[in-house]
Amino acid sequence: MKSDLKLVNVTKRYGETVAVKSINHHFRSGSYACLLGPSGCGKSTTLRMIAGHESVSDGSIVLDGRDVSYLPPAKRGTAMMFQSYALFPHLSVADNVSFSLKMKGVDATKRRTRAMEMLELVDMAKLGDRLPAQLSGGQQQRVALARALITEPQVLLLDEPLSALDPFLRIRMRAELKKLQRETGITFIHVTHGQDEALALADEIVVMNNAVIEQAGPAREIFDAPRTAFVAKFIGAHNVIALPEGKVALRSDAIQLTDAQAAQLSGRITAIEYQGTHVALTAMVAGEQEVTVLLTDKEFFGAPKETGEAIGLAWDARSAHTLSA
Amino acid sequence: MTAETDTPTASSAAPAARAGRRLPAAMVAWFQAAPLALVLGAFLVLPIIMIVIVSFWGATEYSIYPAFQFDNYEFLFSSPVTYKVFFNTFKYALITWAATLLIGFTVAYFLAFHVRSLTWQIALFLLCTIPFWTSNIIRMISWIPFLGRNGIANSTLISWGVIDEPLEWLLFSDFSVILAFVHLYTLFMVVPIFNTMMRIDRSLIEASYDAGATGWQTLWHVIVPLTKPGIMIGTIFVITLVMGDFITVRFMSGSQSANVGRLISNDIGLLQYPSAAATAVVLLVTVLLVIGILLRFVDIRKEL
Repeated sequence: MKSDLKLVNVTKRYGETVAVKSINHHFRSGSYACLLGPSGCGKSTTLRMIAGHESVSDGSIVLDGRDVSYLPPAKRGTAMMFQSYALFPHLSVADNVSFSLKMKGVDATKRRTRAMEMLELVDMAKLGDRLPAQLSGGQQQRVALARALITEPQVLLLDEPLSALDPFLRIRMRAELKKLQRETGITFIHVTHGQDEALALADEIVVMNNAVIEQAGPAREIFDAPRTAFVAKFIGAHNVIALPEGKVALRSDAIQLTDAQAAQLSGRITAIEYQGTHVALTAMVAGEQEVTVLLTDKEFFGAPKETGEAIGLAWDARSAHTLSA
Repeated sequence: MTAETDTPTASSAAPAARAGRRLPAAMVAWFQAAPLALVLGAFLVLPIIMIVIVSFWGATEYSIYPAFQFDNYEFLFSSPVTYKVFFNTFKYALITWAATLLIGFTVAYFLAFHVRSLTWQIALFLLCTIPFWTSNIIRMISWIPFLGRNGIANSTLISWGVIDEPLEWLLFSDFSVILAFVHLYTLFMVVPIFNTMMRIDRSLIEASYDAGATGWQTLWHVIVPLTKPGIMIGTIFVITLVMGDFITVRFMSGSQSANVGRLISNDIGLLQYPSAAATAVVLLVTVLLVIGILLRFVDIRKEL
């Protein structure tokens, strides 16, 4: 099943404000994509436009070769999983899942069978007669997934699906999401503001900021070679340093401590933070810039340092990425 | 220094001292509930008990005397007028309920789902309450020049050529009674329904559209079920108000129709207090039964 999703100059304006500014992107069929960015960057609006819950001001959304920009949500071949799951509180789990079939006029026994199949898929078949209020957050999420998948969408849209869960459950559910995506082969587009979530899940990350796409690419490319200062900072574990030759992004774990002669930068330690497997040193270097160096605990405790001590910083030229902005 | 060393002793002694004066928790709860209980007891329960007691008393043309007899109830249940009047009361209640529900739901739906900005929602909502700045009776009477034989409605219709003769049924008829009821009580339906609708998570409606439901399907399968508690509260308001009313029926029917309220009011006018009390008790029981049946269908507790 080929179901590529293309965004062509998609724009959303609310009066004078531009929420999404002429973005172009190609989501490949069967991939797990994450729209990553801070709140207000336009990622949720983009998702809602793809879903059809927000009109497109300009441009078009093309799914499987067909322009779906002006179709109603259910006619697009997409299904949405809402942030708070939006389960109907007056309907049982099974009725929630089979809601779309009921709207289509499918008869009751068939609905029930299909709903049970979907619930089986998310391991919730036993709780089919419960009401949503009687379920835990994780269980509600599974029901919401089943309800979205029963429409047999080509693209599943997930709006911050893990944000309502506690940290422990979040990690478990993200593993389940990934597994489900692999098993069904459906394209998943997942909106999140958590870089760890995006890195863990996505085949492809689309980083958005200020209504535009800052950078898009495979997770490793985004992390290893951020193109802009924003991406480097947002994805984390990077230092953005202004050097005479320009701004560069440098991974904190790619910096070594050396003596003053061999150093590319020298500075003074302002903070030491023990993190278990690692120790994070913060140093103030020339030009009042803070640089974080991540050392393994072995490296650090082999040659311990004190706050206030002068240090030299060195790195392999290949690990410094010149930033375009 | 001394102050500092003193403080811990003082603070550890204080709870002990307070504990000595503290009432048991159960007593505190009783005291907290007491003021409202006293008010309700004095002004609601006691009068009802009085009415129940008086309903067993006897009466002659010129006096009433304490007794314990069932004459009043016997007379009430054997009179065909009672059944006719109760039937009329139910008829008014039912038609008014249906009309206020239809209008109330529509208005509430418009306010809750079509008016997007909160400012406009509040403004339009306040607009609905403006008629309530005048008294019930004035609002009722103001219909009379409008609906009368030579009133605005009839003269306009005649001048448009829709009718040749004034419509007789516009005023002093069941029509005008129900019209006045609907006018007076629709807001009691709008408010609780609007309140419930505002609590519906908007993403549920999007989820419904996402599942392929049409506008009407969303209304029927999502909004109406979730609005049921509000509908039920509005229903209780309207039914109790209409069943207990007597003044609207008297004015708007031109004293040509009767409901239970008027039966009671007439008895009081004739100083037949025991008979009025008996009718009131029967009406009270009837209304409580209706509410009891309604509450079987919908759980309104989470709305309160």
